[in-house]
Amino acid sequence: MEKISASIAGLLFGAGLAISGMVNPMKVLNFLDLFGTHDFTLAFVMGGGLITAMIGYQLLFKRGKPFFADRFDLPGTTLIDAKLIGGAALFGLGWGISGVCPGPAIAGLVFGNSLSFIFVIAMAAGILAARFATNARNAS
Amino acid sequence: MSPTEFTPYAGLAGGILIGLSAIILMGSSSRILAASGIFSGLLTLKFDHNFVWRLIFIICMLIGTAWAALFTGVAQQMAFATGPLMTAVGGVIVGVGVYLGNGCTSGHGICGNARFSKRSFVATCVFMAVAILTVYIIRHVIGA
Repeated sequence: MEKISASIAGLLFGAGLAISGMVNPMKVLNFLDLFGTHDFTLAFVMGGGLITAMIGYQLLFKRGKPFFADRFDLPGTTLIDAKLIGGAALFGLGWGISGVCPGPAIAGLVFGNSLSFIFVIAMAAGILAARFATNARNAS
Repeated sequence: MSPTEFTPYAGLAGGILIGLSAIILMGSSSRILAASGIFSGLLTLKFDHNFVWRLIFIICMLIGTAWAALFTGVAQQMAFATGPLMTAVGGVIVGVGVYLGNGCTSGHGICGNARFSKRSFVATCVFMAVAILTVYIIRHVIGA
C-alpha cells in the first residue's frame, strides 16, 4: 500500500509542479521580483496547495490515525533556533539566486536541460556537505 | 529577466494537485510531502523500506511532470536566469539550507504550515523574505 500511495502522490506532485509552471525558474524569480516583472502565479500555487492540504490534514487528524500506519508520527518540536533560521535563510538565498527549489529542481530533470542536472548535483553536494559537517560537529 | 505570463488558474490547479499529494502521503502512512527530505533520504543510501518509497515517489514524480508537460507549454517555457556557475552556487546553498533548516517550499511551506507548525511558519517567513531580498539585490541593485 505504501508503494501505491507513494506512486500516486509522486504522479500528482510532479504533475502539479508542471501544470503550475513552477518547474520554470524564470516564473519563480518573477514572483520573487516584487518590484519588477512580478508574476503572482506562485502565490496561487502555494495558496491552493496549502488550503487543500490544510482541509485534508484536518479531516485526517480528526479520524485519528493514518489508513496504513498505526498512528500519526510527526515532528513535535517547536524549537526555533539558529539552525532553523540560518538554514531557512540560506535556502532563501539559494532560491533567490537560482529560482529553483528542491521539488521543481528534481521534476525539471525530465526536460533534459544541463542546468537542471548541474543544480541537482550541486544540491546533493550541499546536502551531503552539511550532513558531514553536522555529524562531525556532533561527534566531537 | 524575461517576463512570464500570469497564470492563476493553472497555478491554482497545480497547487491543488500538490495539496492532494500531501494528503495522500499523510493519510496513508503519516508521511510529509517534503521534496528536500525525500531527496536527502535517498542520499543516505540506506536501502530500507523508506528508501524504496522515496525512490518510487521520485520516479513517479518525474513521470508526472513529463506527462503533464505533454499538454502544457511548460517544456518550451523553461528558462534559467543563471549560467552554469551561478546555478551550481545556488544549488549548493539550497542543499546546505534545506539540510540545516529541515525543509523547503513543500515540507515547510505547504505541509508544515498546513498542520500549523510554528517552526514551519517561521522558516517560511524567513526563506520568502530572504529570497525576495536576494532577487531585489540581483535585479535592481546589481542590475544583472
